[in-house]
Amino acid sequence: MSEPGTQDVVRLEDLEASRQLTGRKHILSLLVEDKPGVLARIAGLFSRRGFNIDTLAVGPTDDPDVSRITLTLDGAVHPIDQVTKQLHKLVNVIKIRDMEPNGTVAREMALFRVNASVEGRAEIMQFAEIYEAKVVDVSRRSLTIEVTGSQEKVDSFERMVRPHGLIEMARTGEVAITKSRPEA
Amino acid sequence: MRAADALFQALKAEGVEHVFGIPGGANLPIYDALYDADLIHIQARHEQGAGHAAEGYAKATGKVGVAMATSGPGATNLITAIADANLDSVPTVFITGQVRTDQIGTDGFQEADVTGMTLPVVKHSFLVTDPRQIPDYIHQAFHIASTGRPGPVLVDIPQDLSRAEIDYQPAQGTPTLPGYKPPTEGNIKQIRIAAKALANSRRPVIYGGGGIVNANASTEFREFCLTDRLPVTLTVMGLGAFEAPHEQWLGMLGMHGTRAANYAMDEADLIVCVGARFDDRITGKLSEFAPRAKFVHIDVDPAEISKNVPAHIPIVGDAADVLPKLTREYRALDADSSRLDDWWQRIRAWQNEHPLRYEDSHDSEIKPQFMIEAMYEATEGDAIITSDVGQHQMWAAQYYHFSEPRRWLNSGGLGTMGFGLPAAIGAKVARPDETVVCLAGDGSLVMVCQEFATAAQHEIPVKVFLMNNGHFGMVRQWQELFWQERYQSVAMGPSPDWPKLAEAFGWTGMQCSDKAELRDAMRAALDTEGPVLLDVRVTQNENCYPMIPAGHAARDMVG
Repeated sequence: MSEPGTQDVVRLEDLEASRQLTGRKHILSLLVEDKPGVLARIAGLFSRRGFNIDTLAVGPTDDPDVSRITLTLDGAVHPIDQVTKQLHKLVNVIKIRDMEPNGTVAREMALFRVNASVEGRAEIMQFAEIYEAKVVDVSRRSLTIEVTGSQEKVDSFERMVRPHGLIEMARTGEVAITKSRPEA
Repeated sequence: MRAADALFQALKAEGVEHVFGIPGGANLPIYDALYDADLIHIQARHEQGAGHAAEGYAKATGKVGVAMATSGPGATNLITAIADANLDSVPTVFITGQVRTDQIGTDGFQEADVTGMTLPVVKHSFLVTDPRQIPDYIHQAFHIASTGRPGPVLVDIPQDLSRAEIDYQPAQGTPTLPGYKPPTEGNIKQIRIAAKALANSRRPVIYGGGGIVNANASTEFREFCLTDRLPVTLTVMGLGAFEAPHEQWLGMLGMHGTRAANYAMDEADLIVCVGARFDDRITGKLSEFAPRAKFVHIDVDPAEISKNVPAHIPIVGDAADVLPKLTREYRALDADSSRLDDWWQRIRAWQNEHPLRYEDSHDSEIKPQFMIEAMYEATEGDAIITSDVGQHQMWAAQYYHFSEPRRWLNSGGLGTMGFGLPAAIGAKVARPDETVVCLAGDGSLVMVCQEFATAAQHEIPVKVFLMNNGHFGMVRQWQELFWQERYQSVAMGPSPDWPKLAEAFGWTGMQCSDKAELRDAMRAALDTEGPVLLDVRVTQNENCYPMIPAGHAARDMVG
C-alpha cells in the first residue's frame, strides 16, 4: 500500500497485511540493562515462544550499565517482527535493532583445532593464510587456528579444514555494528 | 526505618488500602511491619486464594491488587494466580518473602527461586538485592503493573533485607525505566485509513475484548459502535463493555458464542478488533477463520498485532485514545448507513433462526440455563458476578446480560477453576456497596473452599450460587461428545454436603432443587446477612451449546 493516509477512499480489496516471513538471516542487536536475570528473561522468552536462536553473543558496551546482546535467527522460520515485539515487552530491553544487511559490519571469531598430519599440515597452513587466520597453538598432531570474519567466511573455513579432521571448534556467534554513512 | 516499614509506606504512597496474603517464615519482618501499618490485611487461607482475591479486587476497580506470600511453598502457591493475572492482563503486584541472602542458592528451608519460576508468567519481576531498592521497586512495580497492557509484577524480598534499616525516601514522579515506554496514542494516519475502510465496508463486525475494560473505554467503545449500525460482539473478557441486550449486540463470539456472532465473523468483509487477541477460543481453526475479512487491529500491546491473525490496518494505542479519534474520523466521512441493510437482514435471519435456547424441564428440575436466568432476575442484573471455569461460566456468559464493565469477573485466559470465590472476596472488599455473587461450579468451588474461612473471619458478605451438577461438567461434556462417552474421573460423588460445609465455616448454607422455588431462594440468599452459599441442584448431564468443536471453523458449530 503506497502512501497510506493520503487516499480519499480505502478499498477493502486493496488492503494487504504485512508479510510475516522475510526468508533471510537476521541479526538483532539488543541494548539491555545490565541487571541480574536479563539473559534468562531473553532466553526464556525465546524458548516459550518457540523461537530458535542460531547464535548469541553477550558483552559490555561503552556504557557500564548497558550490555549488548547480538543474536542471529532465521527469518524463514520466525516472524522477525513478532520476535522483536515480544523482546520489546521485556522491561530490561532498552533498544532493539534489526541490522540491515547492507549497512552492517558483522564479525565472529572462531577457534578450530584440526588434525595436522605431516602430509596435511602445509595445506591447512595455506588455508589459514588465505583466510587471514592465525595459528595460535601447535602440537605434533594438531593445529589450533583463530579465524575472524563474517559468519559465511567462518563457515567456509570450516568446510576447508573439516576433511583434515576437525577435533574441536568454538565459535562466538556474530557481533555487529552499523556501518558509518558515506560522507557527503 | 526498617525496609519492611518502608515497604508499607511505599504501598500507601501508591494508594493501597487493602492487601491479601498469608504470613510465613521469610516474610515475618513484613508481617511485623504490617502490625503498625495502617492498612487492611485480608488473611487468606491459601496463597492462590490471596492471589485471586487481589485479581478480583483489581478487576472490580481497575486499581492494582496486592497479594503477599512467604518464600518457597507460599510463593509457589501464588503462581497460579500470577499466571492467571498474566493471561487476563490484570494489574497486580505480588510481594513474596525470600530466604536470607546468604541462603539463596543453598537449597535452604522453604527456598524456591520464585523469580526464576515466574519469569514466563510475569509482566516484570524484581529480586531485591539491596534494602534501599524496596521503595523504588514498589513504585516501579505499580507503574509497570498498571500502565500499557496491565499485568502482574513480582517483588521478591529476602528476609534479611526486609529487616534491614534504611532511610526511607518516598519515590517521586513517574519512574524512569529506559526499556519501558508503553504506547498510548494511536497513529492518526492509521486511524483515518481504518475509518475509510469501515466506511467502505458492507459487512463489518466490531469485535471487542478485555482491553476495552482495562482501558476504561467502554463509553468510548459504545459511542464508536453507535456512530453507525455496526454489529458488535465481545469476547468472554469483554462482556459488559457494550450493553446487553441491545439491537446491535450479537452476543458473545467464540467456542460457546452465538451463531449470529460467529457466522457474522465468518462472512464479514471487515473486522475491527479492539483490545482482543484472536485467541484460539475465538478463531477456532485459524486457517478458516473469517476467510473474507480484512482486519483492523487496535491494541495497546504491539506484540498482539499480527501474532495470530495478520492485521491489514494495525493501530497501536490505548483504546480510550484511539476510539474517540476513530469515531470522529468515521463521522466526518458521513458514510451511507443503508449500505448495511443487507448485512443486517442476514444477521437478523441468523438471530431468528438460531437464538440461544435450551429445552426447559417439564417438572421441578432446574436446568442450568434456567438457573442463570433466575440469577439475572433475582439480582435484577445489578450485581458483580464472579465465576469459576467451566459450563456454568459459559452459560452465564450466554444468558446473563452484562450491561456495564467490571461486573463480570472470570478467568478467561488461563481458565483457572476455583477463581470465583476468592475473586468475589476481593471484589466485595473493593466494592462493599455492591452485591457480589460468585457463580460457582461444584468442581471448581471445592478446589478453593478453604476461602470460606476468609470470608467468615473478615465478615465479607459474598453470596455463592453454586451450580451443582455433580460433575466436572465441561470435561464430562467433552468426554461425551469427543471421547465416545468414556467417562473418566468426572463424577464428583456424593460429598460434600455443601450447605453443611458452608455452615461449618460460619456461613449460612441453603439448598434448592425445585425450579419453582429458585428465584425466591436466590432472593433469600441475597437478603440474608453475611456470607451465604446456595447449593442449586441442576440437571447433571446438560451440555453447553452452541459449540464450535476445538480446531474447527465457525461454520461447524454444533448444538
